[in-house]
Amino acid sequence: MKIHCCLLVVCLWGGLPSATFAADVETLLNDIKSVDQQAQGNRQAQQAIRELLKNDDVSLTTVLEAFSGANPLAVNWLRGAFESLADQRLKTTKTLPKKQLEAFVLDTRHDPRARRVAYEWLVKVDDTATSRIIPGMLNDPSVEFRRDAVARLLKQADTLFEDGKKSESQPIYEMALTGARDDDQIKSIVEKLRELGQEVDLPEHFGLLLSWKLIGPFDNSDEAGFDVSYPPETKIDPDGKYQGKDSTEVSWIDYATADDYGIVDLTKALSAHKGAVTYAYTDFVSDEDRSVELRLGTPNAWKVWVNGELVFGREEYHHGTRLDQYQFPAKLRKGRNDILIKVCQNEQKESWAQKWEFQLRVCDSVGTAVLSGNRPPRVVPDEAKDKAESGDNS
Amino acid sequence: MKQHLVFVSLALLSITQMGADWTQFRGSDANGISAEKLPVKFDISDGTNIAWTVDLPGRGLSGPIVIGDRVYLTASSGFRQDRLHVLCINAQTGATIWHRQFLATGRTMSHPKMCNATPQPASDGERIFAFFSSNDLICLDLDGNLQWYRGLTHDFPNASNSLGMASSPVVVGNQVVVQVENASESFATAMDVETGEQTWKIDRPVGNNWTSPTVLSGRTPDEKFVVLQSGENLIGYDPQTGQEVWKHAAECATIPSATVVGDMLYVPSQGLTALRYIPDSDAPEVVWQEQRLGPSTPSPIVYDGRVYTTNRAGVLRAGDATNGDMLWQLRLKGPFSGTPVIADGKMYLFSEKGLAQVVDLTGKKGKLVHSAEFVDTILCTPAAANGALYVRSDEHLWKITEKK
Repeated sequence: MKIHCCLLVVCLWGGLPSATFAADVETLLNDIKSVDQQAQGNRQAQQAIRELLKNDDVSLTTVLEAFSGANPLAVNWLRGAFESLADQRLKTTKTLPKKQLEAFVLDTRHDPRARRVAYEWLVKVDDTATSRIIPGMLNDPSVEFRRDAVARLLKQADTLFEDGKKSESQPIYEMALTGARDDDQIKSIVEKLRELGQEVDLPEHFGLLLSWKLIGPFDNSDEAGFDVSYPPETKIDPDGKYQGKDSTEVSWIDYATADDYGIVDLTKALSAHKGAVTYAYTDFVSDEDRSVELRLGTPNAWKVWVNGELVFGREEYHHGTRLDQYQFPAKLRKGRNDILIKVCQNEQKESWAQKWEFQLRVCDSVGTAVLSGNRPPRVVPDEAKDKAESGDNS
Repeated sequence: MKQHLVFVSLALLSITQMGADWTQFRGSDANGISAEKLPVKFDISDGTNIAWTVDLPGRGLSGPIVIGDRVYLTASSGFRQDRLHVLCINAQTGATIWHRQFLATGRTMSHPKMCNATPQPASDGERIFAFFSSNDLICLDLDGNLQWYRGLTHDFPNASNSLGMASSPVVVGNQVVVQVENASESFATAMDVETGEQTWKIDRPVGNNWTSPTVLSGRTPDEKFVVLQSGENLIGYDPQTGQEVWKHAAECATIPSATVVGDMLYVPSQGLTALRYIPDSDAPEVVWQEQRLGPSTPSPIVYDGRVYTTNRAGVLRAGDATNGDMLWQLRLKGPFSGTPVIADGKMYLFSEKGLAQVVDLTGKKGKLVHSAEFVDTILCTPAAANGALYVRSDEHLWKITEKK
């Protein structure tokens, strides 16, 4: 009996590699793609990677193709598998399939993350690839390719600018701006264009929302207001009047920010309330049903609803803020969409804890602005200042 | 019995002197002490005792770890710090053996001084556990093959720290433990080293906490506690179950971490508090407290009967480890972020501005015996292994060793 058991074990262990070698690569890649939250599928994915690494016939681009539709965790598993395979091939054969990799990079139907991986391994074996590929990437679906293409144009334009050929630099800066999605590059370009006398609507480039209806303050003493559902969470009624903090009556006011980065300063709009909640509402007109990214920056606790549905919220105060601090997907329907933000201020007394503000933009996953069909003309800074000083929020 | 203890001690001593690996934050024993003999003099400007310099592909406050003849290091890059790098460097030559990259699945925002690659990686000798501020935890084998991947913010979307997170993982037996404590969704969790599957997850105090877990041995070599420190207390947990076993109910610092030496814990709390673990007790005994020994960012370090801390002004203070009596202080050029390393009676400190300072600890008072400018900002805790010290900046990794 013992002998049989041993034989069985030997057969299973001995047979396993050949059986799994025969398993088709697609099944292994699907096992990897099945990983999900909280280590779901980790064991199968781990085994699948081991089997892939044993198989000399697996095509590198087949692994890259599997990136399409993969969740962010699975992308990293696939990336790990690809890099181990590519490293193995590179060490063995001293090269990689350059033509296939380059064709994969140039085909924008593939997942942008996979194309970037292909590019980075291609340049390890072909140092001429960058100059061939990057110039054509200004409007690529991959943010990293765009960034490289913009950097290349910026370098050209800066050289002309510094050499006194300012008029020649201008169209190159303008071209760079069309592709730029990262704030550091955009800042650099806009600074030069403005120096050249060009007007740039920065909020429009980013898709920042500038015009809001605000209501508040409601009570947030001891930070207790985050989970209190005040009336605007139930119904948006532009004519509604409610009891706010300290029994004051609150109603909606119109407010438009003139800030280049769309910052709505609530201390300016409503006064510097502490332990307070305010809501900001805007309607956004989409020309189609579509997925977008909402990108929020705020140093305060917040919740965001789209068409009455809570998208995300976070109870954190005064731990830094920046453009695109929080990014979350949302669905817009064709026509009017309600966007509501709850912004909570606490009672910290430190000078760095006085900010009560937010900025929100609507864009696609690359960061390209998605503009509302009813986007109003931008309030110029001087008009906004005059309005704020006169207390006119109309 | 005494003979056994002597034997065990000698055995431990000989193991330490064989040239130990440096497998986690503050070394394999998490105490910042190395048995190596390191060069006292070194200089990057003329290459004195600099074996090699490696250009890094991204930023990092994480220190290197060393296993055998390989150095492992993390870095992060990209405008959003969302590209995660894990590097394996040949310790002899400085050549890159492998370099793997991943994309952060959690939020990457941090204070500008920090970056995504702030936690130090850890190893169980077979695997590398590379942890990032975005709460991505990557397990690779020593040859760079992915074993598993966890995105803890992907799993728990409000688990993130907008200032950046620095807590390093610790390996206890077959568990890797991480402390994910922040102003919103705060927890600690243990994962199986082979699969990344969760063994336990416990709620932790809400509030940003940059300290790292450490390990205390109990009555037997098998009895261990994972020690987690927070602004509320210091707790010893069973690493297999996450059950609380004992607690020191006093507010502790949230940046410098506790240091364990035998049954003693030196905890940044009310200055510095020395605690003794009492078997079967639900609380350790307070041995002494000394306000003046309170550390700033670097963790305390205990060596040869003395406890050392550095304060915000860059003053190195030495106290008696048995009673907390202040012994001496030495003004150095700080500030310091990384915890220093002590080897062969010398303390190696790297200031945030990149100034290396070597202090001789063997006399009655500490004596500065060498300084060297490294030019770059240095915030890491260095590693010491096989006669060499490894230190990194955002741009470089250096190997410092006696040139033959």
